[in-house]
Amino acid sequence: MAFFDIHALWTGNLVEKLDIHALLNSNRQPKIRGGVHPEQRKEATADHPIDTGFPLPSMLYLALQQHVGKPAEPIVNVGDRVLKGQLLAVSQGMVSAPIHAPTSGIVADIMDYPSAHPSTLPTPTLLLEPDGEERWIDLPEKIDPFNLAPEEISIRVGAAGIVGLGGAAFPSAVKLNLGRRTKIQTLLINGGECEPYLTCDDRLMRERARTIVDGILIMLHGLECRRAMVGIEDNKPEAYSAMSAAAAELSDGKVEVISVPSFYPMGWDKQLIGYLTGKEVPADGRATDVGVLMHNVGTAYAVQQAIRHGKPLISRIVTVSGGAVGTPRNIEAPIGTSLADLLAHCDYRPEDTVRYVMGGPMMGDALPHPNVPLVKGACGILALSQEEVSATDAKSCIRCSRCVTVCPVGLLPLEMMARIRAGQLESALKFGLKDCISCGSCSYVCPSEIPLVHYFKYANGELLTRDQANHKAEQTKRLAEEKLARIAKQKQEAAAAAAQRKAAGKKPKITEQAA
Amino acid sequence: MYIIFAAISLAVLGLALGFLLGAASRYFKVEENPLIDEIERMMPGSQCGQCAYPGCRPAAEALVAGEAPPTLCPPGGKALAERLANKLSIELDLSGMGDMVPLVARIDESLCIGCARCIKLCPTDALVGAPKMIHAVVADACIACAKCVEVCPTECLKMHPVKVNLRLWRWPKPETAMAGA
Amino acid sequence: MNTRLLSAPFARSEIQIQSIMLTVVLGLAPGTAWGILIFGWSALFIFFVTVLSALAFEAGCLILAEKRVLPTLTDGSALLTGWLIALTLPPWAPWWIGVLGSFLGIVVGKQVFGGLGQNLFNPAMLARVALLVSFPLEMTAWVNPTPLFSSSAPGFLDAWAITFSGQLPADGATGATMLGWVKTEFSQGRLLGESLASGDYGFIKSFLGWTGGSLGETSALLFALGGGWLLKKQIITWHIPLAMLGTVALLASVLSLIDGERYPGPLFHLTSGALMLGAFFIATDYVTSPNSKPGQLIFGAGCGLIVYVIRTWGSYPEGVAFAVLLMNSLTPVIDHYVRPRIYGRDSKGRPLELPEGRE
Repeated sequence: MAFFDIHALWTGNLVEKLDIHALLNSNRQPKIRGGVHPEQRKEATADHPIDTGFPLPSMLYLALQQHVGKPAEPIVNVGDRVLKGQLLAVSQGMVSAPIHAPTSGIVADIMDYPSAHPSTLPTPTLLLEPDGEERWIDLPEKIDPFNLAPEEISIRVGAAGIVGLGGAAFPSAVKLNLGRRTKIQTLLINGGECEPYLTCDDRLMRERARTIVDGILIMLHGLECRRAMVGIEDNKPEAYSAMSAAAAELSDGKVEVISVPSFYPMGWDKQLIGYLTGKEVPADGRATDVGVLMHNVGTAYAVQQAIRHGKPLISRIVTVSGGAVGTPRNIEAPIGTSLADLLAHCDYRPEDTVRYVMGGPMMGDALPHPNVPLVKGACGILALSQEEVSATDAKSCIRCSRCVTVCPVGLLPLEMMARIRAGQLESALKFGLKDCISCGSCSYVCPSEIPLVHYFKYANGELLTRDQANHKAEQTKRLAEEKLARIAKQKQEAAAAAAQRKAAGKKPKITEQAA
Repeated sequence: MYIIFAAISLAVLGLALGFLLGAASRYFKVEENPLIDEIERMMPGSQCGQCAYPGCRPAAEALVAGEAPPTLCPPGGKALAERLANKLSIELDLSGMGDMVPLVARIDESLCIGCARCIKLCPTDALVGAPKMIHAVVADACIACAKCVEVCPTECLKMHPVKVNLRLWRWPKPETAMAGA
Repeated sequence: MNTRLLSAPFARSEIQIQSIMLTVVLGLAPGTAWGILIFGWSALFIFFVTVLSALAFEAGCLILAEKRVLPTLTDGSALLTGWLIALTLPPWAPWWIGVLGSFLGIVVGKQVFGGLGQNLFNPAMLARVALLVSFPLEMTAWVNPTPLFSSSAPGFLDAWAITFSGQLPADGATGATMLGWVKTEFSQGRLLGESLASGDYGFIKSFLGWTGGSLGETSALLFALGGGWLLKKQIITWHIPLAMLGTVALLASVLSLIDGERYPGPLFHLTSGALMLGAFFIATDYVTSPNSKPGQLIFGAGCGLIVYVIRTWGSYPEGVAFAVLLMNSLTPVIDHYVRPRIYGRDSKGRPLELPEGRE
């Protein structure tokens, strides 16, 4: 019974060393380290209902890669008339996800279009011009998911194009399959939403708790697992009570809703796993190695829609907020909507916007302009004003070690940064560069405003490039050696053939002479 | 008395160590600098000549002699430069390589006459095709040595910068990003 | 529109270098004010000379290094270093001691290493030790408390003469620090009780700060309160001060129990000399202390141990500066060996073993 956790010493917080859970239940050791308390700024959107009246935009831009893995392959042609929910592009390979039509209309083009990525580099995108009729494909009769074979659940989830809606965009079916294969004990549902500004999960849990719980039960059925835990940060009491009520009513005790302390990054899956189960995922392992699997509440909702109603993932709830947004709120918007349309719908002021962010302010991506499409994994769109964005230059590191205290992984960000700055990337690797989860706690807390996470992202990219270069060099060497060997062999063969011809040429003479 | 002792002991020590050194140089003698072999093994081995030396071995010799910087090999790129600098324990100045844009050969198919001269020259078999057929470049195998460009009679082969896509995009160095405001 | 391509996070905490430095300075202010109050105008003069010359040296170095002067000068680090150097000087020291101390601290102790964040040793302590070794006479010329405006205190002009004309204080004003007194007496074979009585020692006096010494060696109470405020403001953590004070207190308790006439008790040690200032304001210097919490515990305990050893058996009466400098030199070693455990890995950095048969 380890209620005195030596690792709590790292956090510098005496209070955390005595954890009531550990005293009550020896299986639940607190494994929480680090973390910060950024300003929440959730109040702007948390109390407004989800806006379901977003008008259909004049064009939808469906990137063929909105998920981790291989891009989807289009199966429709330019000019085709498609129905709402119709399959437009099929998944490729083991890790991939298909794309469906968010509304009925005409395939206007398949071209390279700016991507929802900091670089906005163009990426293959399918352009769909809505006809405004919203005509659905033939939806199946209501299905009882619990009559389906368990393996059928993940097949249907995969066919519906569902990916992790918390931001990771990892194909959900792949995770469900893995969980089923490894016979996980507990399904964990992430209702943490620890990023500032974002309230889309909060609103979803408040308004559609019963649907989410139904989705969780369907996933449990698919996983052949009996137990689910939903972790909700204690700054969302309404969501907690709605989810608790729905779980009590529907789940027959299978779904437990747990309030977790609110700090950042509570929503980091491993942090939440540690808090809810006391388990730690090994560095080279996955969550399933410790018998758990984690999905986002939004994903649970999408699973319910796909299995019960046969509706593929064609829309999502996204928080539109930030100081430059006049009427911030959560919008249920079709995938592929231009972010500029969404921002305009919420009366944003482009002249006040100093930074566009997709996702949350701690881990999201900065966009140079908002003319990129909404992708499945985007949980927030922020137009931040001057006072919300710090823009001063980085100063010298004073080794205050605040970054060490807040790092949830237990890294030494200041040491890694110093080495990367000096060009010693290999040395930074030895400090655990690859274990960094880019949560941004270190950069957030740095009094010198050093962009620590940026250094780590740069270094990891540079190391990847070098690995690839080394790989290519080896390949080049092999190819060159093969070519040399082949030429040598050809020469040898030519020489042998010449000798043979010579011998053959002489021989007849000898025979002639003999004759 | 002490001086004599000191002189004798130092002399004996010097003799003994000198003998040891002599023996070592005799028994552990290496015919050629093994470093050159090792460096050569690290090089791409395509003998492309972009370093201005006639091949990878002469380049390795120049490196070991200190006549060439570790950044000499364009196909090896920064990765090789760093490994070479590590191996040779010398300071690495990557500034000259910073702006090196990766290149790849591309064939203008309207001009290719299928002479197959480039195919023979390509050190990595990155050019495929048959005589009198249009040739093609296997981009992954191309090391941008540009030998084919020189030999092409119709100038249909040209080096182009590799197009950056999302897969190849990398975060810039923070200092560069900050300066680019 | 900000076009810099920078990675998240886009939110930043409020805390900045400048606010940290100014908070520390505020924490020092009560103790400093008390010191100036009881040592009079001279203390105020030497304080200003030291702080202003520290700022001047910092500006000079920045100009020489062709760095931007104003942003760095206003970050408060030079102010803090100068302030700390002033606290280590005898209050009636001549002006050039202050200027030289600032030169040693700012130029030799910090800027030649590359400026803020690069120095291996605490600049203020480096300056103090260099001065102490070079000018033992000037650096140990202590005076008894002569509060400002009291009849025994030198007036403004007399004080000006003491600081700027090298006029020595009158004989009656000089005295010794309690640590120095006990050490001298002991070397003459007198027992502790005797020497404390003859030195007019009182725990309350020492705790409140009615005692001779440098500005930073006076009020243990006020510096402890300032340190507590830094803890509350989360500028420092409890690890280094607690380990340092705890080690001194523990060693003093054990040894005074063994021989009470030879070794003073923990209360004497905690309230004497610069221990409070050192534990809360000097050993906790970010740049020169370890970056992990266990490392900081080791560092603090090491400082405490060396302070006690020097005070008890060394030839100097006080050892905070030496202790901090010695432990500063060990900081890279501590940082190398004491690292936090990375999530999912054991303490040696190997991945945790996969649980077997996890059913």
